[in-house]
Amino acid sequence: MYPSRFRYEAPSTVAEAVAMLAAADGEAKILAGGQSLIPMMKLRFAAPAMIVDINGIGGLDYHRSDPDGTYRIGALCRHADLEKSAALADAQPTIAAAAPVVADPLVRTRGTLVGSVCHADPQGDWASVMVSLEGAVVAQGPNGRRTIQVTDLIDGPFQTVLAPDEIAVEAVIPAPRGARAGGYLKLERRVGDFATVGVAVSVEMSGGSVARAGIGLTGVGPATINASEAAAALAGTALDADAVDAAAQLAAEAAQPRSDHRGSADYKRHVVATFVRRIGAQIQRSEHEAA
Amino acid sequence: MSTLYEEVRPSGGADDTVPVRRVELTVNGERRAADVEPRLLLAHLLRNGFRLTGTHTGCDTTNCGACTVLYDGVPVKSCTMFAVQADGHEVLTVEGMATASELHPIQEGFKDEHGLQCGFCTPGMMLAAKALLDENPNPSEDEIRWALSGNLCRCTGYQNIVKAVMWAAEKLGANAESDGADDAGDDSSADGAAANAGGEG
Repeated sequence: MYPSRFRYEAPSTVAEAVAMLAAADGEAKILAGGQSLIPMMKLRFAAPAMIVDINGIGGLDYHRSDPDGTYRIGALCRHADLEKSAALADAQPTIAAAAPVVADPLVRTRGTLVGSVCHADPQGDWASVMVSLEGAVVAQGPNGRRTIQVTDLIDGPFQTVLAPDEIAVEAVIPAPRGARAGGYLKLERRVGDFATVGVAVSVEMSGGSVARAGIGLTGVGPATINASEAAAALAGTALDADAVDAAAQLAAEAAQPRSDHRGSADYKRHVVATFVRRIGAQIQRSEHEAA
Repeated sequence: MSTLYEEVRPSGGADDTVPVRRVELTVNGERRAADVEPRLLLAHLLRNGFRLTGTHTGCDTTNCGACTVLYDGVPVKSCTMFAVQADGHEVLTVEGMATASELHPIQEGFKDEHGLQCGFCTPGMMLAAKALLDENPNPSEDEIRWALSGNLCRCTGYQNIVKAVMWAAEKLGANAESDGADDAGDDSSADGAAANAGGEG
């Protein structure tokens, strides 16, 4: 299968890339990992007139913590970089849990977190993780940079509010208000399949109670779901079984699954609740071990 | 040092609307060059341009891993990269594994442990296995299964494929010992991760 013809550009700076996008008048796409874009081009679901390959731009492959605890993930940080990072389990447990279950090992060597978020596939894992962490992306355009919350970024299935001449240069996760804990669980029929259901739960524990909680749902709606009421049920609690159970129920209600070849809507709702409970139990266990 | 120069188009026939681009890359240690249309996939440059048909195209939809090659040492699906992206990079295909007189230990392992039936997935399996063993010379069975989980075998020969990789790990370990080589490669992944995460911010 071949994509439609396109013009290829390989800028060496972000500013150059932005200028190319602006000149292309909405007909260009950015190529980072390409693990969603290239298959879509081969299937002719996407036929951009120009590809702006950002892989030659230096200094975008980082993931690191600022001194104040803000975490930044560059546009060329691959899933595998996150998967292999020993430091990530403590710094960003939800991201550490999700990285090894994104697609398959070969896709993970190329694909990027920022690209996945901007692809805005309702079945993409990273958008749910970012929603659970109150994450944002930083977009650079002709008039400078702006920060967009992931909940505002995603406009619908495969749609974002990014302007045609903007590039998402990094993902940003705000500093925690306590000790981070969290997890990501994904049900898939086989390695590399899209998620039947994915659930991200992130909490920040301070003084034995939950200072902040976030829950994001993958694959159970027309876009990534921010289960904010479910998360609110955890806030202020000691993450006890009753609180987790209430959150699990609310998360299942927030899901908008459709019955399909991967399972019935009822089944998927059930899995959402089960995953919230499991992640809650995992966090409780690790808190006990730490104490 | 030989250089192959030719124009490679996906479907033949000239089209002037998009300029071709010259790519220069190292394939199996040899410098190669080609003029390609941007939409040409890396798998097709290797197969049709360079006639390295050991790189198979199976599903052509980023699922099966039969087209796996090492790109700067990292396993990638060559049907999901454009040939232009390989400009200035190094590619290793299955043809680059054996020497004229000797199979690569991973190839020996697949032969010895019957790690293939039809053989279609084998080049991709072996390159994914090579990437694993380069990084982790003593993988557990679980780690092997995990590393190969992006490569599908429709003969369902996974059991023997895993055995073949274990066989190769042992052989490579024995070779390294008899060569008196140290285990400097052991912690490369952990070091890389620490370097990555440890930015001064």
